Amino acid sequence: MPEPMGFYTDTTVCIGCKACEVACKEWNQLPSTNGGLNTLSGDSYDNTRRLDGTHWRHVKFIEQFTEDRKDGRWLLMSDVCKHCVNAPCLEVCPTGAIVRTEFDTVVIQSDACNGCRDCISACPFGVIDINPASGLAQKCTLCYDRLQVGMEPACSKACPTDSIQFGTIRELKERAQKRVDQLQQTGEKRAYLYGADEKMLGGLNSFYLLVDKPEVYGLPPDPKMPTRNLKSGTWFSALGAVLVGLMGVINFRNRGARLEGQEERP
Amino acid sequence: MNTFPSSTYFSAPPDWGWLIVFYFFFGGLAGGCYFLAALIDLFGRPEDRPLARMGYYIAFPCVILSGLLLTFDLNRPLRFWHMLVESNTFQPMIKLWSPMSVGSWALLIFGIFSLVSFLGALVEDNRLAWPAGRKLRPPGMLSSVIAVLGGLAGFYVAGYTGVLLAVTNRPIWSDTPLLGMLFVVSAASISAALMILLARRSKWTMPGIAALHRMDAWVVGLELIVLIAVMISLGPVFRAWLNAWGLLLFFGVIVAGMLVPLALYWRRQWLGELNLTTAAVLVLVGGFLLRLVIVFSAQGV
Repeated sequence: MPEPMGFYTDTTVCIGCKACEVACKEWNQLPSTNGGLNTLSGDSYDNTRRLDGTHWRHVKFIEQFTEDRKDGRWLLMSDVCKHCVNAPCLEVCPTGAIVRTEFDTVVIQSDACNGCRDCISACPFGVIDINPASGLAQKCTLCYDRLQVGMEPACSKACPTDSIQFGTIRELKERAQKRVDQLQQTGEKRAYLYGADEKMLGGLNSFYLLVDKPEVYGLPPDPKMPTRNLKSGTWFSALGAVLVGLMGVINFRNRGARLEGQEERP
Repeated sequence: MNTFPSSTYFSAPPDWGWLIVFYFFFGGLAGGCYFLAALIDLFGRPEDRPLARMGYYIAFPCVILSGLLLTFDLNRPLRFWHMLVESNTFQPMIKLWSPMSVGSWALLIFGIFSLVSFLGALVEDNRLAWPAGRKLRPPGMLSSVIAVLGGLAGFYVAGYTGVLLAVTNRPIWSDTPLLGMLFVVSAASISAALMILLARRSKWTMPGIAALHRMDAWVVGLELIVLIAVMISLGPVFRAWLNAWGLLLFFGVIVAGMLVPLALYWRRQWLGELNLTTAAVLVLVGGFLLRLVIVFSAQGV
């Protein structure tokens, strides 16, 4: 059994070249948008805009400028499926199409998925979407086919600055912590790791080094499992059923009906 | 940078649209009408029996329609059976912690009960010549068992959809645990309203109709309380309803679908003959709008 594998993404060295997006599309044979017709966002260098069924990598361009534009910075982050250890999508999938692989990654099996879209609403990161070509839910597979033959995923292979690093989770965490320490020492006090510990959904097998609040990067500060509402929701529904049942029984017992009959007779 | 009222704001909408709204409505009617019919069979008088049969006549077509709506909502409708059978191993597919998985089985099981009770009602009405089928109707042990189990399955089908919405990470849906309860209570109110309407059209006068009226007034009152509880439990996410959806919820669901019917049930002489009919129609419209607002408003966030 191989060790858990994943991505560590150091957003401070991302240059926004989008080589990861291109490599992902090439390897996974994902189509260009709109049948090859490129649409531009018009207000940003980010023309991908979001992860979806045909964009499994998305380089986010976060532009932080002052009103007078004298000061500012770009935050760049290559977003991808987080391959959560406790994966919300896998938890709700009613067909069993979403599985955990021997590499501790999360993969949607296209032959089993029937396009119910429950996983889309379950993912706290908004990663999964429908690929219009197949009608099925699709996302990053962490290049499961490449991993099986001992290759590294296409995106991290293509990344020219090693912003995206692939490896065993154990090794990546050590490396990431060293980098955080280094940044802190050199004065970048805002540097921290997002999703590297087990508190967040049991740990994200694709975790990030960030230098601002998660929500600035479009990441939820506190992602949760969908089943957190299962027990309470079920008990409240049962309570509703009991109350309605009682109302029914009281009103359909003969006594109530007779009173009503007397009222309406004259 | 904007602050977000909940971490659920970073998820993506699943594009559940009109088919799902109609499914929530007809699934609620199927479950609710079956439950009311079972209640009448178990606790009502023998002369209320036609009312119970009407409930079963509504439930079965509605559950069939529900299955069709769900199947056509899938992007791959021919793979609907993947919900019940694991497509690679052909083992039964069930996840007790996934409402969609358990709900698929519940719909199947409830569908079987609906069919059985539908056939029983046909036999009792002398529309189907099947002597053994008479045992499916009261009095008798078998009929009671069917009524209890089928009624429970019906309520499950009516309520699990709300729990399904809660077991996601979408704003509104997963920010309250009360949607299942709201859908259960609403299923009872719209079902009672539909049965009142159809009974009035047939000019029936059995005592069970008066009981249905009273029960519907109580249930609509309960529904109003639960809806207010939903709004409070949303906390800061309630902001997501400060828009056109919120207006529709307030005027369409609360005022037209709950307060006006309650007033009409209270003051029976206001509209004379039309009083109860109007109230019942408004309850049905309100129940539909409730599902519409909940399904669509959470996806626009």
